Amino acid sequence: MRDYLRTHEGEMRLVVVLAALTIYLSFASPIFLSAGNLASLLNNNSVNVIWAVGLLVVLIAGGIDISFAVGASVAQYLTALALISIGGGNWIFGLVFASIFGIAIGCINAALIAGFRIISIVVTIATFNALFGLLMFTTSGKSIYDLPDWWTDRIAVASLGSGGALTLPVAGMVAAMAATWFLISRTTIGRQIYAFGDNPEGARRAGVATVKIQFIAYGWTGLMAGIGGLMQVNLAQEVVPNALIGRELDVLAAVVLGGARLGGGRGSVLGCFLGVMLVAIVQNGLNLLGVSPYAFKMLIGLTILAAISLSNFDLGALLTGGSRRRGHVDNH
Amino acid sequence: MTEPSPRPSIPASEAIRFEHVSVRFGGVLALDDVSFSVGQGEVHCLAGENGSGKSTLIKVIAGVYQALPGVRTDYFGESVAAPTPQLARRKGVAVIWQDLALFPEMTVAENIAFDGLVGGLRLVNYHAIRETARAALAKLGVELDLSAPLKSLPISGRQLVAIARALASDAKLVFMDEPTASLTQTETDRLLSVVRTLSSTGVAVVFVSHRLAEVLDVSSRVTVLRDGRLVGVFDAEGMTQSRLTELMTGKQFDHAVTARDVGDAPIVLETSGLTRQGEYSDVNLTVRAGEVVGLIGLIGAGRTELAHTLFGMSRANSGSVQLSGSAVAFTSNREAIAAGIGYVSEDRLALGLVQPQSIADNIVVTTLKQISDADGLISVAKKSAAVAKGIGEFAIKIGQPGDAVSTLSGGNQQRVVLAKWLATAPKLLILDCPTVGVDVGARDGIYKIVRGLAERGIAILMISDEVHEVYFHSDRILHMAGGRIVAEYDPRRISIAELERAVYA
Repeated sequence: MRDYLRTHEGEMRLVVVLAALTIYLSFASPIFLSAGNLASLLNNNSVNVIWAVGLLVVLIAGGIDISFAVGASVAQYLTALALISIGGGNWIFGLVFASIFGIAIGCINAALIAGFRIISIVVTIATFNALFGLLMFTTSGKSIYDLPDWWTDRIAVASLGSGGALTLPVAGMVAAMAATWFLISRTTIGRQIYAFGDNPEGARRAGVATVKIQFIAYGWTGLMAGIGGLMQVNLAQEVVPNALIGRELDVLAAVVLGGARLGGGRGSVLGCFLGVMLVAIVQNGLNLLGVSPYAFKMLIGLTILAAISLSNFDLGALLTGGSRRRGHVDNH
Repeated sequence: MTEPSPRPSIPASEAIRFEHVSVRFGGVLALDDVSFSVGQGEVHCLAGENGSGKSTLIKVIAGVYQALPGVRTDYFGESVAAPTPQLARRKGVAVIWQDLALFPEMTVAENIAFDGLVGGLRLVNYHAIRETARAALAKLGVELDLSAPLKSLPISGRQLVAIARALASDAKLVFMDEPTASLTQTETDRLLSVVRTLSSTGVAVVFVSHRLAEVLDVSSRVTVLRDGRLVGVFDAEGMTQSRLTELMTGKQFDHAVTARDVGDAPIVLETSGLTRQGEYSDVNLTVRAGEVVGLIGLIGAGRTELAHTLFGMSRANSGSVQLSGSAVAFTSNREAIAAGIGYVSEDRLALGLVQPQSIADNIVVTTLKQISDADGLISVAKKSAAVAKGIGEFAIKIGQPGDAVSTLSGGNQQRVVLAKWLATAPKLLILDCPTVGVDVGARDGIYKIVRGLAERGIAILMISDEVHEVYFHSDRILHMAGGRIVAEYDPRRISIAELERAVYA
């Protein structure tokens, strides 16, 4: 436990901030701690968390993926078309289709990044544009409303009390978190993903199959994008091709807020969850306190800036008189 | 030129024996009929300049490169036809590269036991990882916090982790590439005691370096390479860095002490009682116009930290600095440059030059105001005049002034740095390890330039960790250790051997 606190200092800070915020909001607004509000917080943010843990794996591997939200839209649309063409299907078919389409899109990114050695941000900005253009062009922006009933029916998986039912996407979120945690913390593949992001050359010399590792990382992000897209239909009751655009940056910010390092080698599933929830609770709180929605984005931006600056800020050094050595180089 | 002396006592059982190793890259013979052997548990030095073939030889032994036919390769008495990296590792050969190839964000335990994590999908057994790490560290006789992230360790600690990692995969022969390059004296001592422990348990260690004075003590033999050929195998006992340099370069250097008296030329730099907590303390020194003062000290002695203060990049806690008789206390290096101080950083690659930019842009970067017109825009004519002047004056060998600095050799890059600073017309030039990364053969040119600058009346403070450099190329030598100036020498009144003993003792 002591080790956990030491190696997860960032997550612990977020827990403290979240706890303080929760206590404040529970006094400031009677609705905040109500079962209905908490359940809708979790229901509405479950998809972001699924995407966040997917993105996390690529960030740990030292890459970045801007295209996953568009990827989710494409996978969602293709899944809808595939399900309609087989006459409806069920959750199993939905999961299989969404996973296959999602992984395929992730593998396109991996092939470009690992195969052609192009920097990941450039590749995924390109695939973001290409996929979005392709989707809008081929669908003419048409939404699909006539979806199988099993897909749009609300399924309560747990209750927080009266009016507070957690729906299927929350179960999806929990499963995605557990699977991602298992992958990155409990399997040798996961540890090689960390190592590759931390020191690619060192990993290569140690015999890590670096191309395979990147395919797994981007494939995982694609898988989570697909599953997130599938779950999002359950929340939204419709497939709208451009509905998910723009959420990639919110999720990226939340993952970084949760302690993942742009540049690789660091990040955790718990951090992702906390990062997404912090942004969500700030927004929810502002809403309940009656702050103008026009101020949301600004305040959330400031929250992220404050949290990230604080985590880079060595409080200890400040208190002991700032005797940190200048010009100290952290080699390698 | 000293004739190679045959090695009298060949170790009983050998870890490796490689004979007739030749490696060809394109048309170039990188190794030409080299033989190399290391005894079990032996501590051996492999010395040679950059480009002498040291790394190529290690890579042949580690199975990365294939030697030309005719080679004989024995690992622990067993002849192997075509070594591969996997086979060399299985035979117990491990190479610790200078950059260590570790994972800073991962724990000490995971770094040590990393080989067990490589490969296909398996579950991680953290308990086994800790046990492996604990056992490897026990062999070294050191204790480290297994669950601490590697990045929390100093370089010396990371080096121990790299050694432990080699042992965890049952290494019986460990190559260490430039192991002491970034260690302080205490850390080097600790490393050497670990090496002794390894040697006593039968693990052979090969130090690969061009600077071996510090490790000669614990070594029994030295193999010297030059231009891809074997110069010879020598007893470490009685070997000195100067003799080694001769063997590595094959040149009898014109080892004349160039020190001269500057008489009572005006004092340009004077510090008294200069102290910065944790870095250096009570530093009193003077440098006169036209004088080259050598400041010798090992890494960690506080040399570079002192230079940073003189150059306005950090502030002293107490004491004073006088520049040409007036007290100065810079708050930034811009002020220092304006006051007439130039600083050639030891980290030329990262700090001294903007590598991807052109030679021309690098030369004028310190004097953008002077080459600008009244409207604040850079004058093309003034710029090319300044660039031509710099290139001509320092005899920089270039293709085009527009070529990137990164295309130049180390020696020519250093000339660009010097040209850049000379353009600011400095009174005082601080040179921090001016020949790091410059081949021994090309160093003389740099020293001549430094002398030429001094003759124009520039005061020069030359920081170095090579006794050679300060002994032959400065007028006065200050010895810095533990943040203090502990002695002052006149190169004309002390022998190089005495100075080596004083510095490396």
